[in-house]
Amino acid sequence: MIAWTIYLTFAGAVIVLLLPRAFARWIALLAATAGFVVTLVTFFRPDVDLGHFTTVVRVPWIPALGMNYHLALDGISLTLILVTGLAAISAILFSWDVSERAKEFFFWLLLVVGGSYGVFLSADLFLLFLFYELVIVPKYFLIAIFGSTNKEYGAMKLTLYSFFGGALVFLGVIAAYVAGGSFDINQLSQFQFPSQLQWWAFPVLFLGFAVLAGIWPLHTWAPTGHVAAPTAGSMLLAGIVMKLGAYAALRVAMNLFPEGFRMWRTTFAVLAVIGIVYAAAVALRQRDLKFVIGYSSVSHMGFVLLGLTTANVFGVSGAVLQMFSHGVIGALLFAVAGTMIYRRTHTRDLDALAAMNLRRALPFAAFTFVVASAASMGIPGFSGFAAEITILIGVWKAYPAAVWVVGAGMVLVAAFTLRALKRSFFDDGLGSAALSAAAPGLSAGKISESSRDGRAALAPITVPEKVGAALLMFATVAVGFYPKILLDRIQPAVEAMRFLR
Amino acid sequence: MAYLITLLILIPVVGAIALYVGRPGSPRGVALVFNGLSLFYSLMAWQKFDATAPGLQLLERHTWIPSIGAEYIVGIDGLSLLLVLLTSLIFPFAFSAQKLERGACALLLVMQAALYGTFTAQNFVLWFLFYEMSLVPAFLLIKIYGGENRDYAAVKFFLYTFLGSVAMLLAFLGIYFAKGTFDFVKLAELGKSGLVGGNARWFVFGAIFLGLAVKVPVFPFHTWLPDAYQTAPTGVSMVLTGALSKMGVYGFIRLLVPLFPNEIKIAGPWILTLVVCSIVWAPFAAWAQRDLKRMVAYLSINHLGYCLLGLFAITAGPTPASIDRHAALSGVFLQIFNHGITAAALFYFVGLLEQRRGSRGINDFGGLMQCTPLLCGWMSVAMFSSLGLPGLNGFIGEFLIFKGSFAVAAGFTAIAVVGLLFTAITFMRAMQSLFSGPISESCAGFPDLLLGEKFVVVPVTLLMFAIGLNPQFIFNTFNATVAHMARLFS
Amino acid sequence: MSVRPGPQPLNLFVSYLDLLKLASPEAIIVLIALAVLTIGLTGDRSRTFPGIVAVVGIVIAIWTTMRLPQHANLFGGMLVISPLNSLFKIVCLALALATVPLAVSEKSMRNPGEYLAMLLLGTVGLLLLVGSEELLMIFIGLEVLGLSLYVMAAFDKTDARSAEAGLKYFLFGSTASAFTLFGISLVYGISGTTALNVIGLKLAMGSIPPLFAVGIVMTLIGFAFKIAAAPFHLWAPDVYQGAPIPSAAFIASGSKVAAFVVLGKIVLVGFAPAHGNAAWHSMLPGWSPILAALAALSILLGNFVALAQTNVRRLLAYSAVAHAGYTLLGLVAGGREGFSATLFYTTIYALTLIGAFAVVGIVKRETGGDDFQNFAGLASRSPFSAACMSVFMLSLAGLPPLAGFFGKFYLFSAAFRAGGNHGLLWLVVVALFGSFVSLYYYLNVLKAIFVDKNASETRHSSPGTHRFVANATIAVLAASVVLLGVLPDALAEAIAKSVP
Repeated sequence: MIAWTIYLTFAGAVIVLLLPRAFARWIALLAATAGFVVTLVTFFRPDVDLGHFTTVVRVPWIPALGMNYHLALDGISLTLILVTGLAAISAILFSWDVSERAKEFFFWLLLVVGGSYGVFLSADLFLLFLFYELVIVPKYFLIAIFGSTNKEYGAMKLTLYSFFGGALVFLGVIAAYVAGGSFDINQLSQFQFPSQLQWWAFPVLFLGFAVLAGIWPLHTWAPTGHVAAPTAGSMLLAGIVMKLGAYAALRVAMNLFPEGFRMWRTTFAVLAVIGIVYAAAVALRQRDLKFVIGYSSVSHMGFVLLGLTTANVFGVSGAVLQMFSHGVIGALLFAVAGTMIYRRTHTRDLDALAAMNLRRALPFAAFTFVVASAASMGIPGFSGFAAEITILIGVWKAYPAAVWVVGAGMVLVAAFTLRALKRSFFDDGLGSAALSAAAPGLSAGKISESSRDGRAALAPITVPEKVGAALLMFATVAVGFYPKILLDRIQPAVEAMRFLR
Repeated sequence: MAYLITLLILIPVVGAIALYVGRPGSPRGVALVFNGLSLFYSLMAWQKFDATAPGLQLLERHTWIPSIGAEYIVGIDGLSLLLVLLTSLIFPFAFSAQKLERGACALLLVMQAALYGTFTAQNFVLWFLFYEMSLVPAFLLIKIYGGENRDYAAVKFFLYTFLGSVAMLLAFLGIYFAKGTFDFVKLAELGKSGLVGGNARWFVFGAIFLGLAVKVPVFPFHTWLPDAYQTAPTGVSMVLTGALSKMGVYGFIRLLVPLFPNEIKIAGPWILTLVVCSIVWAPFAAWAQRDLKRMVAYLSINHLGYCLLGLFAITAGPTPASIDRHAALSGVFLQIFNHGITAAALFYFVGLLEQRRGSRGINDFGGLMQCTPLLCGWMSVAMFSSLGLPGLNGFIGEFLIFKGSFAVAAGFTAIAVVGLLFTAITFMRAMQSLFSGPISESCAGFPDLLLGEKFVVVPVTLLMFAIGLNPQFIFNTFNATVAHMARLFS
Repeated sequence: MSVRPGPQPLNLFVSYLDLLKLASPEAIIVLIALAVLTIGLTGDRSRTFPGIVAVVGIVIAIWTTMRLPQHANLFGGMLVISPLNSLFKIVCLALALATVPLAVSEKSMRNPGEYLAMLLLGTVGLLLLVGSEELLMIFIGLEVLGLSLYVMAAFDKTDARSAEAGLKYFLFGSTASAFTLFGISLVYGISGTTALNVIGLKLAMGSIPPLFAVGIVMTLIGFAFKIAAAPFHLWAPDVYQGAPIPSAAFIASGSKVAAFVVLGKIVLVGFAPAHGNAAWHSMLPGWSPILAALAALSILLGNFVALAQTNVRRLLAYSAVAHAGYTLLGLVAGGREGFSATLFYTTIYALTLIGAFAVVGIVKRETGGDDFQNFAGLASRSPFSAACMSVFMLSLAGLPPLAGFFGKFYLFSAAFRAGGNHGLLWLVVVALFGSFVSLYYYLNVLKAIFVDKNASETRHSSPGTHRFVANATIAVLAASVVLLGVLPDALAEAIAKSVP
């Protein structure tokens, strides 16, 4: 049943190409919604065993080398599939106004989504890697063709980083396959790999995946990529693609090489902590709103990685929950910055935005951004908080000293989020002097005019945008108040993993 | 009414949503209706409350996030009830202080819900949720609707408080990791034998102390407060000082003292030093201010200092006699309530002056007695209440605190009395320059108290007199709780 | 391959009819070549008719190849029929088949009949190479192939660069032949035989004399020229860029496949005992460290130099150097699995490259050049070719779900498995690093196609039929690249089964 998420999405991609352009966005929306509905049905079905990585489909594929088309599902996959569906639907809604080369746009978009579903469901190492690499190229085109600021550079950087990670993963996958003699993840996770192999294969595999999760110091693709991407692209990057890395690091690297994991986890924990603090500190100095959010993504993914390295149920479950939470929050933040603000004002410069009095002009956007910021800061009642405390309990258990550093990081996160919030929506006091220096393209007169009469100057928030934003806000609040709904599904799956035993 | 407390928390939220969605013509009116409902239900809770039983009452308990030990558990004891009542009183008072925009009303209502939650939650995660839930509305209220310098003040306020919250959160996660529960009652039982071993306990203790000390605030973590109070709109300042600052004190009583009895014994003198610094230094600072709101803000620090003095005097040193403990704690409780009413009233009057004059510098006014005798009269009552004139509410609380503390921490208490003196001096000087002397030109045309304002002022002042003259009806609500806690703290 | 001990007397008593039957594919191609030549000479300058004849002939040859018996060995290995050889005869014929439409749709081709005849004669060379397990016959095959290719490279008389390409290819090629011949003569001088299996047996019995080692090195160098492995790749960029597009495609595909098949047989059968060890910590002299060094150098040099190219054909040439390096990985690994991986990879590489050259041909006809700027905006001009080109480029880069991805996976896992205790890890790492670098320039091509604005004007548009033929070829190739990526089992299993 859940396998249909993949088929529906890819089928949607093909149909988008075949039918006239006018239908493209509707078909994309339909495909994404259908996938999401399938996920929801599975999510609420009581008879699905989410405690173990249970096979859904298994067909021999390349028997000569032992590869199978093998899909499986557990609570971790399901959680990530859920966020994929959410991010996909809202990304499509936020690209409702894409008119140039729309067919291509939705085609690439659906490929990213479909590939991600594939990664989350694969139980065959080769299949997982195939889907993982499949996502890389559509990302490139999405950004390079439809992006904005410095798009070719950003797209190329992102793609090369992903592929670099992919090359490391390639090596690790081959090592696992050759040593373990199988591609079946469940089977390999029971296999006792020699220590020496684990010693080098684990870091290679983990780091390879973690590149996509934005691990410091290999995170630099994330801010530039997010900035360059079109809104939907950033939403997918933050919402889904970064999760691919973290998910695969958990599912493959940690699950297969528990011994290597124990040898290296402190090193990676240190990197994660540095990432949390460093990215937050850098975000504090950015002038481009999307850069701020891009760095915040890195910081939040640092929590995920830190949670994974704790090697206990709390930390790892929290990490999975944080993947969900950041997927939703990151998508929401980028939606506001990219579509609600940038498309209307044509600037993301915080100083320029400060002079526009956007709170009056776009009240719904302001509301959305406040909710997203609060969620991003980890205010209780939003999903970010539930995830972060679960992770932090785990961190207390594993690295008590790291807790305080992370605490400092959380304060920094709050600081830069506030700064962004203040500058973008609530800074009506700033004069136009700073503005004319900041955005030479826009004359000061024009701005003051638009800020006086903001409502008239900027197009109001459209219905698809409102629906998309509402969907994401609902998700973060619902999980924030009742994280049990996800944790109940995540925790048994995490407990079943070998490195915990 | 099984869900009385949940209902209490939800009513303001519903109000906020109604305001956001419904776009009513008079947002303040709608907010006041919801305030009325809240007040009604809190009175109902008072009526249901069995004042003779020490433990938690009207308890509601549901599973919430079992995997991390978070439960939805709300209930009230005497202290909680007191604070719930205070909150229910402060908010209508604040709403009537000035006209507010729709957004501001909605945010204030959210804050009200958060306060109810904070004062009734009995599980740390839930408590923290509400504790933080008040933060964002407060930030936005200052940021959007504040006056001059609001940017700086709002961000400073938020970051200070957030820093404290994060520290506290981390510490509690550590405790959870060690003890496996977030339940306040259970933690208080476990606290006697130490929650966290080794040197980590000092980190944990320090972090929680920091979080609460920023919120109250205690010297030297107070610098956000004058800026925030000064720039916030009058109504918001009233809520901030009347209700929000009580979250810190409440946290000290509910969390820090029961959970770390042994640590407090050791760290007590240092804490008391900080507290006495707050008490003595704040009136000095207030005296130097030229802005009335800033002055009142600093005095607010001083008054909250008394609460902490009483609390830590009886817990830090050698165990005092039962009667002293009882007296000090009762004083602390009463002072919490009194300060809420009085400080809010002071801000209210400053707001009235500001409305008339357009500024609030202490030198902008003069000879008000001649044109607005009523306003001056009622305002003087509030001021006298604040500096602790017998017969008004302030006196009883402070007297009990000093009485209780003196027995165990005579030195600290003696120094603290100096603070009292300077408070008096500050008020006297303020009265002198505002009310007496030749009438300043700009004040000549001031209207006296309007009818609507009288409706607000009279009940509040009556309440002050009522407590001052017959405090027993307040004591009755928390006597059992005080006795219980006094036993617990020994 | 039947292995019989001792020197083997030449079995000269073979019925000529049997011989003709066993060599029927070669015979058919020769006949067709002559027929096409005749058609060309009789003055029919149309390109379509000779093309149809050639296609029909090749299809018949493929059919007869399928009908050949499973095993046969003539003249001590001069003509060997085995599943492996038959399979690769079919592959070579298929590659020739794919090249014919390219030649037909090439507008500037003056004498299509002659050109196709050269192409078919070159194909005969391929078949001889693939079908032989004897050094002398291999050399003859090499020469037959080489001579046709020299002519094909220089075929465009109007283009100075074509002439340069032809000359350069000829000079380098003949030097390489000289090396090979010298190496073969040394091997023969010491072992006393030219049959590969016998050489292998002889070598296994004693230690390897130094002169024999020289022979091995010489032979390898000759083949390194042929597959364009660094540092013997210098002819490749000019030939790929200068030669007529069908020639370049054929040089890059057919000749390379056959060379790899033969090289594999020579080193794995003939020189098997002199294997040596290329593992990092236990390097032993032999041919495998030499191939490993060639592979590493080719991968690094090819990929890094390709980064700087602005001409697509030159870029493909340097990437070909790199791909030769990847392909060698399987031979270094050795064994059945390694050889199968090499054969699989070289086959799909050849398919991909013909496709890429076909698209280059279309672009060149339409815009008059094959630089990056000529590709700009191809996606809006011709979405179909753009899509196919992206399939080819991404397959070369090794991205799923395309054939190149599986091919690389197969190769690298074989290399990783070989050499005891993951000794070839270093080579795998180099290869992975190389393919990481390569993504950049492949993406640059795609960037020009999809992202850049239409800079150059379309000059000509080819007539409908030729356009259709070219598009159909591209479509088939692209589809097979995708199919072999999604379902590689079809080819991989066939190869794995046929490798002895």
